[in-house]
Amino acid sequence: MKKFSLYPKKVMEHFKYPHNMGRIENADGIGKVGNILCGDVMWLYIKIGKEKKRGEIIKDVKFETYGCTAAIATSSVITDLVKGRSLEEALEFDREEIVKELGGLPPVKIHCSVLAADALYEAIYDYLTKQKRKIPEKLLKAHQRIEKEKKEIEKRYKEWTKIEEEMYKKF
Amino acid sequence: MPKKIYLDYAATTPIDPRVIRKMTPFLKEKFGNTMSLHSFGQEAKQALEESRQAVADLIKAKANEIIFTSSATESNNLALKGVAFLKKEKRNHIIISSIEHPSIMESAKWLETQGFEVTRLKVDKYGLVNPEDLKKAIKKETILVSVMHANNEIGTIEPIEEIGKICKEKGIYFHTDAAQTFGKIPIDVNKMNIDLMTMSSHKMYGPKGVGALYIRDGVKITPLLHGGGHELGLRSSTVNVAGIVGFAQACKICKKEMKKTTKRLRKLRDKLIKGILSKIPHSYLNGHPKKRLPNNANFSFEFVEGESIVMQLDLLGIAASTGSACATAKLEPSHVLLAIGLKPQKAHSSLRLSLGRWTKEKEIDYVLKVLPGVVKKLRKISPFKV
Repeated sequence: MKKFSLYPKKVMEHFKYPHNMGRIENADGIGKVGNILCGDVMWLYIKIGKEKKRGEIIKDVKFETYGCTAAIATSSVITDLVKGRSLEEALEFDREEIVKELGGLPPVKIHCSVLAADALYEAIYDYLTKQKRKIPEKLLKAHQRIEKEKKEIEKRYKEWTKIEEEMYKKF
Repeated sequence: MPKKIYLDYAATTPIDPRVIRKMTPFLKEKFGNTMSLHSFGQEAKQALEESRQAVADLIKAKANEIIFTSSATESNNLALKGVAFLKKEKRNHIIISSIEHPSIMESAKWLETQGFEVTRLKVDKYGLVNPEDLKKAIKKETILVSVMHANNEIGTIEPIEEIGKICKEKGIYFHTDAAQTFGKIPIDVNKMNIDLMTMSSHKMYGPKGVGALYIRDGVKITPLLHGGGHELGLRSSTVNVAGIVGFAQACKICKKEMKKTTKRLRKLRDKLIKGILSKIPHSYLNGHPKKRLPNNANFSFEFVEGESIVMQLDLLGIAASTGSACATAKLEPSHVLLAIGLKPQKAHSSLRLSLGRWTKEKEIDYVLKVLPGVVKKLRKISPFKV
């Protein structure tokens, strides 16, 4: 590993060799967060299994991410962290775990860990919705916050997109 | 495979060893203050004045038209604010382009808070300012036009000779930020009708911490730094003699080697551009295909993010740069790439490779060998498939 690096060693390892990368065909839940206009998009796929003692568990999890080093590393590490956890445990997932596991993130990149945790919440939300099950209060709140943020981002970037559309009319 | 490949010469350059050799005595025994009356001081003063001549020689100016500063950022601040504040009582309109360096963009923004009006000229999809737009933007209150010689990100060279001519006809000062072109392509301040010009040392193999501002004879500005009256009273501060001597030596080397270096780099640059566009699907060149710096190549790769390209390249020993928001503290994509009409996602996917004096063909070959794999790998991770 390089001596002078913007990121901690662990981040670079995940970035170099991401874990659980790709798509799950017939996933039970998919969490799609982020916006390509901002430069970060994470898609998290989950497959749910059942265990006698613990009930529903995350049997498999994979990701696809468009984004910076931190976005890719946080996606990779969250799959490691939540694989095998019960659904109940996964709902209690704290994004601090990601930062800790990676050995820290530069301050401007903390939002990548938020995005990764959001992708997990959204994947579980998607699964429960598809199953027509009741959404726990905490998850519903997270979902509403994520939706609200998506709208705000779209609004923020509308201006730029408008400038660009006007330009293309000229050429 | 080369161990480390530096392709970020537009950010900064290493100092040429020949420059260091010239500087060393001024860090040691020739340490005098140029304002001192004794021989130590006079020795330093002579070196300063000889250096002034060397900088002037590179742009066909006179020595007394060169003011040394600490950086191109300072020179840009001095040009804009120095002209603006001297003329404030009578006229208050400034014209810049929309793709200037932050030191111009932010200075102009600040001048707006001080009662000045700023017009930002739009550019076309290559980043070119249209001189006709400038003609339309000029009004009787206009005091200064500032358009960069070449853009630091996309490498597009602006039609500054034409812009200078328009300004001359209208009796308006014309400033150009030549940080990226000075020492790399020929500049003639008279032929190009330039009144003020910003120069940088560390972009052309000189030391950091040195810049210069060309101020045409008769052009009046007000200083930003007040004190002992150094640099004709326009920039007080004890003179950085060692840095300036190094800067001057860098100028002499550039003057001698410019033609040869430019020709060589242009060839390597074109090989790089051609190779990347043909080897990587959904890749685009940003900036003008012909009117561009001999050492600049800037691409967008659809569906991959630039910061991760830069970091992947860093793992392979290649130093590059990007205009992606994820690479900045502000988390906003490059204003230059947005100004040429790129969608934010295309701006995020940009990669700048800038070549220099020590760039070798085998290094370009190595980049051409590994970059397609890097882009492919990142596209594989991405949910957006091409």
